[in-house]
Amino acid sequence: MEFPAELKYTKNDEWISPDGTVGITDYAQDQLSDLVFVEIVVSEGDEVSQGDIIASVESVKSAADVYAPVSGKVVAVNDALADDPETINRDPYGDGWMVKLEIADPSELDSLMDAEQYKAYCEEREE
Amino acid sequence: MKVREPLISELSSPGRRGVRFPEPDVPTTPLPKGLARADLPLPEVSEVDVVRHYTRLSHFNHAVDINFYPLGSCTMKYNPKINEALARLPGFTEIHPFQPPETVQGALRLMYELQEALKKITGFAACSLQPAAGAHGELTGVHMIWAYHHDRGDTARTKILVPDSAHGTNPASSAMSGFKVVEIPSDDRGNIDLEALKAECDETVAGLMLTNPNTLGLFEEHLLEVVELVHSVGGLVYGDGANLNALLGIARPGDLGFDVMHLNLHKTFSTPHGGGGPGSGPVVCAPHMADYLPGPIVVETEPATDEMPPMYGFEFPKKSIGRVKSFYGHFGVMVKAFAYIAMLGEYGLRQVAEDAVLNANYLRVRLQDAYRIPYNRICKHEFVAEGRWKDAPGVRALDIAKRIMDFGFHPPTNYFPLIVHEALMIEPTETESKETLDAFADAMLQIAEEAHTNPEILRTAPHNTPFGRVDEVKAAKELILKWQDAQS
Repeated sequence: MEFPAELKYTKNDEWISPDGTVGITDYAQDQLSDLVFVEIVVSEGDEVSQGDIIASVESVKSAADVYAPVSGKVVAVNDALADDPETINRDPYGDGWMVKLEIADPSELDSLMDAEQYKAYCEEREE
Repeated sequence: MKVREPLISELSSPGRRGVRFPEPDVPTTPLPKGLARADLPLPEVSEVDVVRHYTRLSHFNHAVDINFYPLGSCTMKYNPKINEALARLPGFTEIHPFQPPETVQGALRLMYELQEALKKITGFAACSLQPAAGAHGELTGVHMIWAYHHDRGDTARTKILVPDSAHGTNPASSAMSGFKVVEIPSDDRGNIDLEALKAECDETVAGLMLTNPNTLGLFEEHLLEVVELVHSVGGLVYGDGANLNALLGIARPGDLGFDVMHLNLHKTFSTPHGGGGPGSGPVVCAPHMADYLPGPIVVETEPATDEMPPMYGFEFPKKSIGRVKSFYGHFGVMVKAFAYIAMLGEYGLRQVAEDAVLNANYLRVRLQDAYRIPYNRICKHEFVAEGRWKDAPGVRALDIAKRIMDFGFHPPTNYFPLIVHEALMIEPTETESKETLDAFADAMLQIAEEAHTNPEILRTAPHNTPFGRVDEVKAAKELILKWQDAQS
């Protein structure tokens, strides 16, 4: 299980990079198992607030909403995921990215977990 | 795949027919122009082709008439055959919903008495038999909550609270009714987290949807406090009755402070479901909600006299949310449920709950050393185990579910509720004997052993079924819904 050190993490298992790229974590994709459907519900130019739904994902065993880790403007959407949702299973922190945000208030990042904290949070839930 | 059963369309042979009608002995009239179609690609097969095809397909199915069916939260109890016999009585089958009520008094009396029985069983003041199934009953109940608040001019209530141990349809019913859904987490005993609930309780709460016992099979230990909290801010409490089997004759949701609730006749009251027949989701409610029930409901229009039984008719509650189903709901299902209730009586229904709870606890204790049960305390009608082991990586709940089919059992519900990792949700129901429960427990213990010694046999299961493991990912991603498309 990977927890890249340069990312910030949410309790709902999203990650965000310092430049505003957002996706779901390795732990999330592992828990969901094989993804069969990804729908990104925001478009380029949309303003989102921290906690807004930005996408829905579905696997053979479950469905989940994906929330904006911080507020900001959507500057890019990974359209390729619609045709190949399993990209997220293969590469959650790379090609499996979902949206890019122009972060409105960088101080919101401070409310998120760092890699160490998130790793502990995942382990706690595995108990 | 070990067996290849062709599609009925593939059995088609041009000109083959099941039935040949005699030449008409009356003058024929052509269809009006434009109504006749030139091309109708239906399969051309004989009667025996049809009978054999569908009988073979039926052999691929699992059914509660074949073996144990411990599908958590679905209450797959045995469907007594006398229910079927009674529902087939000509007095019930040869009537039409357009008939004047005076001519179908027997059917109306049955509906009336079923309404009364359900009110008595649940401790509520009023009942509508309209909704067609459980989730439909939920949607109806949430519409009633909306109507209740709006009727009082209380229009600022925008959210419905739903615990994370509720049935999966609860958030959907709330969202479809235009409410914002707020999830309330569980505490470490599997109860609603009271602090989290308090934090969300304000004057924007329209209601709380509560499944009790919840999907962990646990009775909410702070139930009265939860109900009081929601009521204290003017919200209403909706009861999801899917798990009522655990409470029959023991506790009545109406007495516990619920405002409105649906029942699943096809779970608690033994009528077939899961491909076996339509459901029925009557809604019962407290006096202050009764005017909003969907109609029509059956009422006594003339009291009984010394010579005559009472007369029954249909009536719409005063501020009814309207019809939610054509005609009067699923009448045949009502006949079966009423037969079940009448046969068991008050004490029999109580024993249903007692045996269902006893069976679930028996299995829980037999499995608890081999499977981790995260909220392991005395349960009601079902419990949830984890289908994973730290020392058997690579084995998941899905593999266990597939492997149990090799023993002739239906798998438990898996991956629900979401608050348990690799969940296996097991509900034996009161139907099963100790021998059946032991056979299932033995199989589950063997599977737990295999997970550690021979995990491959799990990962490649099932082995003894007509079909091997299907590719669920491919099935979800590449849906083929028309047989013509399957040809290409």
